[in-house]
Amino acid sequence: MSAAPLLTVEDLRVQFQTEDGVVKAVDGLSFEVRPGEVLAIVGESGCGKSVTAMSLMGLTRGPNAKISGRAMLRGTDLIAASESELRDVRGNEIAMIFQDPMSSLNPVHKVGVQIVEQIQAHTDASDEDARAQAVELLKAVGIPGAEQRVDAYPHEFSGGMRQRAMIAMGLSVEPDLLIADEPTTALDVTIQAQIMRLLRKLNEERGLATILITHDLGVVAQVADRIQVMYAGEIVESGTLEQIFYDPQHPYTWGLLGSVMRLDRERTDRLAQIKGQPPSLLAPPEGCKFSPRCPHAFDKCSRHPELEDRAGDGAHLDRCWLGAEQKRSVRTMKSGEIGLEAA
Amino acid sequence: MARFVARRLVSMVFVMFAVSVLTFLIFNVIPNGDPAVRMAGKQPTEEQIEEIREEWGFDEPVYEQYVVTMRKLFTGDMISYFTQLDVVDEIIKGIPRTLSLAIGAAIIWMFFGVGLGLFTAMRAGKVSDTLLTVLALIGISMPVFWVGALMNHYLGFELGIFPNGGYVEFSESPVDWAYHLILPWTALSILFIGVYSRVLRSNVLDTLNEDYVRTARAKGLSERRVLLHHVLRNSLIPVVTLWGLDFAVVIGGGAILTETVFGLQGVGQYAADAIGQLDVPPILAVTMFGAFFVVFVNALVDIAYAALDPRIRLESDSASA
Repeated sequence: MSAAPLLTVEDLRVQFQTEDGVVKAVDGLSFEVRPGEVLAIVGESGCGKSVTAMSLMGLTRGPNAKISGRAMLRGTDLIAASESELRDVRGNEIAMIFQDPMSSLNPVHKVGVQIVEQIQAHTDASDEDARAQAVELLKAVGIPGAEQRVDAYPHEFSGGMRQRAMIAMGLSVEPDLLIADEPTTALDVTIQAQIMRLLRKLNEERGLATILITHDLGVVAQVADRIQVMYAGEIVESGTLEQIFYDPQHPYTWGLLGSVMRLDRERTDRLAQIKGQPPSLLAPPEGCKFSPRCPHAFDKCSRHPELEDRAGDGAHLDRCWLGAEQKRSVRTMKSGEIGLEAA
Repeated sequence: MARFVARRLVSMVFVMFAVSVLTFLIFNVIPNGDPAVRMAGKQPTEEQIEEIREEWGFDEPVYEQYVVTMRKLFTGDMISYFTQLDVVDEIIKGIPRTLSLAIGAAIIWMFFGVGLGLFTAMRAGKVSDTLLTVLALIGISMPVFWVGALMNHYLGFELGIFPNGGYVEFSESPVDWAYHLILPWTALSILFIGVYSRVLRSNVLDTLNEDYVRTARAKGLSERRVLLHHVLRNSLIPVVTLWGLDFAVVIGGGAILTETVFGLQGVGQYAADAIGQLDVPPILAVTMFGAFFVVFVNALVDIAYAALDPRIRLESDSASA
């Protein structure tokens, strides 16, 4: 864990000019990813987690986007890099797999062709070599009959197989960093577990750093080393898997944990949920952005808290004004709900 | 794939049959007096009329007449009431002219339509896009008989840059052939270029938002490869359908105006003349010819469509299994 970071993101800000005003999708994000670790970025829809990932790849650039900050990958600043420099990084050093494997593969090209074109975009491999590599990759991600399947079209694959093919494609040029944006959201639960096991295995075998973006803490629990919880464009809590699951500091994290269905608890009438809506990113709340939805908010919450070590627990950072002891006492667990309600 | 082609061909035969029956019924219903009298020419004797009536089977029941007429159509015995010339020969004479016009124009409008569509999609929202959009709308709004007449008059007659109508066989002089066809090709293409560039532009803009285009970018492909391999290929699918149908329609009578304006003497002009004289056999034959082309090219389009989009191939194969 003490290895030098592979990717260092400092004060990343992404804003979009829209007809209604400026949307601050990502608002001052800083984090590191080290080789071989799985970093999970967790949050509700619209909290800026996908925009973060896309911005690292330069996929949010456009006339209406304003992107600032730094994202250093081996001496290259991905934010300042030119489009042609980024093309060398994309698919080569950073691979990305997306939420919906149904629509993320081009329906009119064979799966093998889509893997081959990525290999050939970054290496001088001949057609035969690239094809042979594609077959090996499909085998490595557990697609049976890879020799034949390489010539199949995406619609001839099931959802799980397509996501495996996407992963194979991502791995084809041996990237250092894999960004998986909701890789299992569109899949059914048994397939989800298979895909997560595959990602974990590849991460261990190849020393691949992984950023896993998800809203599902159940998925995170299986694979993540570290977790960052995002809310309204910023990180509200960050720590190791154990710290986040067993000593969560931020009321928003409590809410997320409370929304996970658990078999080991008594069944409640309805699934616990965080009350209210995520804030509009056009005009985010003053002070603590979660305070309008937080049952524990008090006068201090009108000031914006910094992301600091407040729990006194090493690298466990959060943005909540409540004192560490106070947090532990109010986050009572009651029928699956982790103290989001005031005790 | 073979099964797909075979099924299309079988259904084509059925459609052709239905079209021929309908056309034949119209041929029988149309108020043109006794066909035997018309065919016998001026001042015929009763015997001559009776002979024709018997030969064409006008005294037979309708279904037998249908069989006789179809046999005449396919064996090339059908003659025009008005000119007494063989209808099939006349159509065959017109086919190279109509095909020359249609094929050349179709290539021109596809090429420029796709080129302009792609260009304006890439420049969406910029001044060049707006300008070309206005141009396309002007092109769509100009009727071919008006543009054709203007071109013919100013470029052909007044300035003498181009020949004032007429047609030269390709085998005689390919250069003269193309030279004579430049104005008709242009006049016929303008409308289609306008339509196609608009359709392709919106298809490209839709496709650019697809997840697989984002994937292609995330793979580090060059913008050129993303555009041509991932965006254009998918955007072209509906345009190819349109292309085939429009091409068939142009051959099957859609070029009547262009052929008439430029005096090309093709199948379309033959049909126009026949309609003016209520000359039923050529009308019947040209209708059959047009229907044949529409159905035939439709089948070709479906086959091309299946080649472009693998999902269609599989769905129709498994549907028949």
